Amino acid sequence: MNDMLLSVEDLHVRFRTYAGLVHAVNGMTFNVRQGEIFGLVGESGCGKSVTGFAVVRMVPFPGEIARGRIEFQGEDLAQKSEAEMKDIRGRRIAMIFQDPSASLNPVFSIGNQVTRVIRQHVSASRYEARQLALKMFDAVGLPDPERAFRAYPHELSGGMQQRVMIAMALSSGAELLIADEPSTALDVTIQAQILALLTRLRETQGVSILLITHDLGVVAETCDRVGVAYAGNIVEMGRVEDVLYQMKHPYTQGLLAALPRPTHRGQPLQSIKGSVPDGLRLPAGCPFHPRCPEVMDICQLEKPALVLVGPKDHVAACHLYGEGETA
Amino acid sequence: MNAISLVKTCGLTKIFTSRRGLLSRQQRQVRALDGVDLTIYRQETLGVVGESGCGKTTLGRAIMRLIHPTSGQILFEGQDIAPLNRSDFRRYRRDMQMVFQNPYSSFDPRFSMLNSMAEPLRTHTDLRGEALVKRARELLEQTGMPGEILYRYPHEFSGGQLQRIAVARALALNPKFIVLDEPTSALDVSVQAQIINLLQQLQRELKLTYLFITHDLSVVQHISDRIAVMYLGKIVELSITEAIFSDAQHPYTRALLASAPSLDPEFRRERIILKGGVPDPAAPPPGCSFHPRCPEAMEICSQAEPTFVDVGGGHMVACHLVSQT
Amino acid sequence: MASTVEWGEAPTQERTTRFREFGLMWQAFRRDPLALVSLLVIVLFVLGAVFAPWLAPYPEQGEGAPNITEKFEPPSREHLLGTDYLGRDVLSRILYGGRSSLSIGFLVVIVATVIGVPMGAIAGYYGGWIDDILMRVTDIFLAFPPLLLAIAIAAALGPSFTNAMIAIAITWWPWYTRLVRAQTVSVRERYFVEAARSIGVSDANIIVRHVFPNIFTPVLVQSTMDIGSAILTGAVIAFIGLGVQPPTADWGKMVSTGRIYFIERPWYAGAAGAAIFLVTLAFNLLGDAVRDVADPRTRRSVS
Repeated sequence: MNDMLLSVEDLHVRFRTYAGLVHAVNGMTFNVRQGEIFGLVGESGCGKSVTGFAVVRMVPFPGEIARGRIEFQGEDLAQKSEAEMKDIRGRRIAMIFQDPSASLNPVFSIGNQVTRVIRQHVSASRYEARQLALKMFDAVGLPDPERAFRAYPHELSGGMQQRVMIAMALSSGAELLIADEPSTALDVTIQAQILALLTRLRETQGVSILLITHDLGVVAETCDRVGVAYAGNIVEMGRVEDVLYQMKHPYTQGLLAALPRPTHRGQPLQSIKGSVPDGLRLPAGCPFHPRCPEVMDICQLEKPALVLVGPKDHVAACHLYGEGETA
Repeated sequence: MNAISLVKTCGLTKIFTSRRGLLSRQQRQVRALDGVDLTIYRQETLGVVGESGCGKTTLGRAIMRLIHPTSGQILFEGQDIAPLNRSDFRRYRRDMQMVFQNPYSSFDPRFSMLNSMAEPLRTHTDLRGEALVKRARELLEQTGMPGEILYRYPHEFSGGQLQRIAVARALALNPKFIVLDEPTSALDVSVQAQIINLLQQLQRELKLTYLFITHDLSVVQHISDRIAVMYLGKIVELSITEAIFSDAQHPYTRALLASAPSLDPEFRRERIILKGGVPDPAAPPPGCSFHPRCPEAMEICSQAEPTFVDVGGGHMVACHLVSQT
Repeated sequence: MASTVEWGEAPTQERTTRFREFGLMWQAFRRDPLALVSLLVIVLFVLGAVFAPWLAPYPEQGEGAPNITEKFEPPSREHLLGTDYLGRDVLSRILYGGRSSLSIGFLVVIVATVIGVPMGAIAGYYGGWIDDILMRVTDIFLAFPPLLLAIAIAAALGPSFTNAMIAIAITWWPWYTRLVRAQTVSVRERYFVEAARSIGVSDANIIVRHVFPNIFTPVLVQSTMDIGSAILTGAVIAFIGLGVQPPTADWGKMVSTGRIYFIERPWYAGAAGAAIFLVTLAFNLLGDAVRDVADPRTRRSVS
C-alpha cells in the first residue's frame, strides 16, 4: 500500500543470555501508515520496546535480529549497514524514551545539546541551528523558548524535558517518530499535555508516530490504530474503535475486562489466570493458550496466523477465527 | 460500616529542610505536608490521589511513623502516637502495616521468603521453629500463594507474586490498618486486577482499614469509599468517591479527572489542560498554592489561603470559589 | 481464606540455596584464565609461606642462621636462588619472608575492614550529625598521603612488625568507611529496610542482617585488591627499615639490603623484588576478576 510508512513483517529478535536463548520478539507483524498514530500496546515482557529498538536497529547486546523484514519507505532496514542506519536514525526516524532526564546530559545546556543534534543531521551554522531549535521549542509548546535554550536539564520539569526531547527528535524533519512510553514517567496532568502535543504535531509537522505503551487508556484517546502484543507477537490489530470495543482475541478481552471501570465499581475485576510467559520457555502453538479461557486442542499445536476478523483490516491471531482470510 | 475513626490526623505537618552546604545559613524548606486534617474510619478504604510532590507518600510514611512529623497529631484509636517514644510506640506497630510500591525491592534479596515472613513474627511474637513456619504458610495461603515457596528467593518471583507475599507479610501481625503506597503501580493490568481483588477480599474477611495511595484514578475509583485529593502538601478536596467523580468542586480535581485517559467514551471529559507544571515545593505560590495554574483563579486566590469547608454531606473543599458563596 | 490462585508457570530458575550467587560467580570466574592463574600464584605463595619450615631447603638459614662460608654465591643446584650477604639460602629466605610480607597484607586489610565497615555503616544508616562527625574524622585521615602517614606513624612507634601493621592499617580504614557509607545509603533507601523499620526491627538488627549482606560484594572486591597494595606498602615500610628487624626475613627488607649489591649480584634483591611484584600483581588481577564477576550484568550476558 502506498501510504504504508513502516511495515514490520515476521520480526524475530532474540537474546543470547547466560540462561539460554530468550525470544523477545517472535514473529511480530504490523504496519504504521502515513500520518497516523499507531499504538503498540502490551504488558511487560511482550516485546514492544524491543520491537521499537529493532526498527532503528538499536537492540542492545546480547540481542540480535534473527529474522524478519523492516520496511521503511520501501527499504528494508534489517539489511542495512550500521553506517546507513546512522544516517536514518535521528534524521528520518526519530525516537524518544520514557525518562527524559536520563536522555539529557546534565552537564550541558539544553541549547548546546539540541543544536548539536541538529547540526549532526542538517548542515547548518550555529546561528541557523539555534533559530531552528527555538522554532521547534515553540512548536512543542515550551512557554519561554529562549530561557529553555539557556537552561540546564535539571532546571526543567519532567514535562518540559520531554517537550525538549520531542523538539530534538523532530528537528531534522523525521517522518516517523517512535515514542517508547513517552508519558509514563510523568504526572497525569502533564501526560495529558504531552499526548495532546503529539496529536497536534501529527498535523503540524506531518509526522507519523509509533506509540509504544502499556496504557490502554492512552491508546484509546490518542491512537488511530492499535496492535496488541503478547509474548512477542501481535495478537490483534486494527482501528482503535474496532480493537478496543469489538475485541476479538481472548487476550484483548481479558485485558479490557481486567481494567477498573466506573461502570463496574464494586464488582471484582476479572483477571487472566496464570502469568506472562518468559522468553526462555514459550508455550508451543499459540503463546496465549495456557491462559486462554477458550482454548481448543489446535491451540497447543499450531500457532495461529493473523486473519481478518472485522472491517478495515481488523485482524486477530486466533484459531477461533481460523476460517477467515489470512491478512 | 461504623463511622468510628481509627486514624485521625490534626494539623499534620512535615517540613524537610536541607542546608546548602555545611556551613551555610541558607535553608531550603519543603513543606511536604502542610496542616493535613484527615479522618480514616474503621473498615473503610480511603484513597489519596495527587501528582508528584503532593505529599501523599509522605502522609503514608508520617502516619506509620517512618518519618517524624514536624508538628501535628496522629491519633490512632484516640491515642496520639506522634510524640511517643520508641518503646511506647512499639505496641502500635502491630496494628499498622505498610505495603510498598515496588515489590522487587520490598524484599531483601538475600533473605529467603521464610526469613522475610519470619521477620515480623520474630520481632513481635514468641513463635519459633515449626510453629513459625506453620504460621508463615498460613499467611501465604491466605493471599493465594502456596506454602512451598517459603524456601525460594525474591528473584524467583514475578512482581504480582511478590506483591501478594508483601500483603501476606503485612498481615503477619494481624493489623487493623494498612497503608498501601501505590501497590499496583509497578504491575501489569491483569496482575493489578488480581491484587485489587485480593485486597478487597481480605478487607471483608479481616475487617481491615486501608489508606490507599495512588496516582491511578481508575483504580482509586474502584477501590475507595472516600477519596482525598492532595496538592502541594494540602488536601484540596475530600469526599465519598461518587461525589468526587461526579461532582468535583475544586478546579484541580476537575483538571485531574479530565486528564486521566479513559477507555469509556461516555466518561471522557472535556480536556482541561492546565498551564505550566507543579511549582517548586520549596517555593509554593502565595495564597492558594494552585492559583497560578487555576483556570478560575480570582484576585483573592493569590492573597489568602482558602479554608477547608464542608459543602454538604461531608464533602470538603479548600477553594475560594466555594467558600465565598 | 482466599482461593488459591493458579501458580502458573514455575519460576524459570531452579530452586537454589543462599550461595547461588557465589556459585554463579565462581562459574564466571572459572572462565577467566588470568583470574585462575592469579589465584594459583597467590595460593602457591601462601602455601609456601605457611609451610616454609617444611618446604625450605635450609630452614635455619631461612630463619636467620648465617652461613658465611657460602656468601654471595650465585644460583646453583644447592642454592636455587643463590645466597645472600650472610650466605643464607635465598629461596629459604623468600619462603620465610613471605610470612611477614603476606601477613601484613592480610592483617592490614582485616583491621581496616573491622574498623572501617561498621563506622561507614553507622554513618550511612543514621545520617545527620553522626554522619557528619564520622565522615569529618574520616576525611582528616584521608587527607594525609597514605604512605607518608604510615611512615610517620611507624617511625613514631618504633620499628617492628606490629607497629608497621598498625601504621598501615590506620591509613587504610578510611577508604572502607567511605565505600561502606555510600553503599549503606543506597541500601537504606530500599523498601525492605523501610518494611523492617515499620515492623519495628531494631536499628542494630537492620544494619547487621540487612545492610551488611547487601554491601558485602563491593567490600569483597575492594579488599581483594587492597591486599596487594597493602603488601606493597608493607614492603616499602620494611624497605626503609621500619618493619621487621633482622634476622627475620622480609621481602621489602631484602630488597633494601640487597640493593647495594644489585648490579653484581642481582639474585638477592631480584628474587625478593620479583616476589613482591608477582604477589601484588596477582592480587590486583584477582581483584579485577572478582569485580567483573560480581557485576551481574557482565556475568550473565554472554552464553
